Amino acid sequence: MEKNSPKIKVTQENGVTIVELLAEEILDEGTISTISESLFAVVEDHAPVQLLLSFERVKHLSSSALGTLIRLNKRIDETGGKLRLCKIKKNLYEIFTITKLNKLFDIFEDRETAIKSFVC
Amino acid sequence: MPRNSFEKIEIVSVFPQAKQVEDLIIEQAEKLGYSEEDIFALRLSLEEALTNAIRHGNGQDPQKKVKIRYRAQPEEVEIYIADEGKGFDPSLVPDPTREDKLECPSGRGIMLMRAYMDLLEYNVRGNEVHLVKQRLS
Repeated sequence: MEKNSPKIKVTQENGVTIVELLAEEILDEGTISTISESLFAVVEDHAPVQLLLSFERVKHLSSSALGTLIRLNKRIDETGGKLRLCKIKKNLYEIFTITKLNKLFDIFEDRETAIKSFVC
Repeated sequence: MPRNSFEKIEIVSVFPQAKQVEDLIIEQAEKLGYSEEDIFALRLSLEEALTNAIRHGNGQDPQKKVKIRYRAQPEEVEIYIADEGKGFDPSLVPDPTREDKLECPSGRGIMLMRAYMDLLEYNVRGNEVHLVKQRLS
């Protein structure tokens, strides 16, 4: 049984840990801090984790949230895992292109392709 | 058409108060019929500017205030956000898209505000930011 928090939902599929972000707004420090704590716990619990982060429900994201993703990516890398992102809305994806973080992260449109990418 | 006067708000340097200010300004922009794209840009930029004022400007010192002046009009939303910090020179903030800065977890707020606002400028001291979002039509 996976541990869920009010802001994330964790499931497993084909050896991939899928984390769905449940908050529509990941802007303020309180929300970011809660999500960050939960995500890092997942990484430690499943190390080396193959983590797929789904943004399907997310409508707003701030630069602090991007900072958390960068730190998470680094930690996953250190522990020998892999991070993929999926289902990012068009206007949110623009934030990744403006900051060129689309070059740093592996981003997929849909969940299935992202899951398959872990075995490639 | 006469312009509205600026509304003034003063908050202490804690994040929940910033959220209240954001919600208030966004509510006014929504009432004026701003598009989803405009609201997205405003919410993001307000969050970035208020976070900078509280965290970097005032060092999250609850004794220090953040002063906000804003004017929401049919054609544009204009906001000034001032902190009590010593200020900074925005031209010295490194480009976060540089290869050697790409993995740095901070330093993207100003770039995002610049991308989403029609005007972003600082006063000479660098402790007050001026934001303008024109209606997208």
